[in-house]
Amino acid sequence: MRKTVNQKAWFLVLPVFLLVAFNALIPLMTVVNYSVQETFGDNVFTWAGVRWFEEVLRSDNFWNALQRQLLFTGLVLAIEIPLGLAIALTMPKKGFWVSVCLVLMSLPLLIPWNVVGAMWNIMALPEIGLLGKAINSLGINYNYTRQPVSAWFTLVLMDVWHWTSLVALLCYAGLVSIPDAYYQAAKVDGARRWAVFRYIQLPKLRHVLTIAVLLRFMDSFMIYTEPQVMTGGGPGSATTFLSIDLVKKGIGQFDLGPAAAMSIIYFLIILALSWLFYTLMMRNQEN
Amino acid sequence: MDNTSLLTWMAWTGPTVLFFLYIFGSIAAMGVWEYFSPGGAPRRGVFGLDTTRGDRLFITHLGSCFIFLAWLGVFGTPLWGGLIIAALWAVFVFRYV
Repeated sequence: MRKTVNQKAWFLVLPVFLLVAFNALIPLMTVVNYSVQETFGDNVFTWAGVRWFEEVLRSDNFWNALQRQLLFTGLVLAIEIPLGLAIALTMPKKGFWVSVCLVLMSLPLLIPWNVVGAMWNIMALPEIGLLGKAINSLGINYNYTRQPVSAWFTLVLMDVWHWTSLVALLCYAGLVSIPDAYYQAAKVDGARRWAVFRYIQLPKLRHVLTIAVLLRFMDSFMIYTEPQVMTGGGPGSATTFLSIDLVKKGIGQFDLGPAAAMSIIYFLIILALSWLFYTLMMRNQEN
Repeated sequence: MDNTSLLTWMAWTGPTVLFFLYIFGSIAAMGVWEYFSPGGAPRRGVFGLDTTRGDRLFITHLGSCFIFLAWLGVFGTPLWGGLIIAALWAVFVFRYV
């Protein structure tokens, strides 16, 4: 059968193309232009070549911030993905408690990021905060403003509190969309709980898990507001992640050239890792 | 043209114009290639990935960026060595990946 060729459909894509061009493509092109030039403001630019890229690649600050960023993202992904999946598996599928659970799970997602940082800032204060005081009363020396380990613990805990429910809600949506016939067939075969999870639920959740991993990876890799409000990148530079370092360079010091070069390297890392996650997860699914 | 126009604000330079012309030109060339010689369906390469011609272009460009960055970080300028490795990488990706 011959397919009808109708190229007019491309016009329907035009609004999205324009939107992406204005909110992503043009700013990205501008960043590329800035990354090879020096400016002191007033739209006066001088050619700098690849000097800023060299400077960033040879800066200890950049590599240290990248290591911290990779560690932070690795930690939150390792906790949030299994925890979110576990919560989704235990959530009720029918009845009154479904709505209660959904509302409770959505609450952390509705709170603005700077408010989350401020809330945890107060809650974790060692002298007066609920969390800080409770940990110290257990005999553990905890002070997130002075100890790097405490600061990291608090930031990871805050991110897990803030974002695990996103993973749980995505997994829950995936779980409720599995037809009952699969569970009935498993029951007839006498499958145990683990077998149902391993051979029915997990394969059916691959798509939502891919989305969850990608969303959490990109978001956690770009984290700025919460650590900025909570620790300001400290103590010392213990929680200075890539975005905090970038903002200090771009806005604090107004070094637009080096900040643009750093942005491009940062963007390429996110692009490469997202592509890698996506490809590996989709390949497993095809296999 | 006054100082606030889009082109001034975007701080264009000759080399960056050429860079973006190359990027958009290579994407357009893929369309022309597919039009005159269809065959861009996925195939399985040495990494066990199913890739179309477009995927291979993406892998080539992304890989080239990292090759140039690595060259710059290790050897600095000039970048001719990085360019040769990136060209070899492109040939490898389009033939075997």
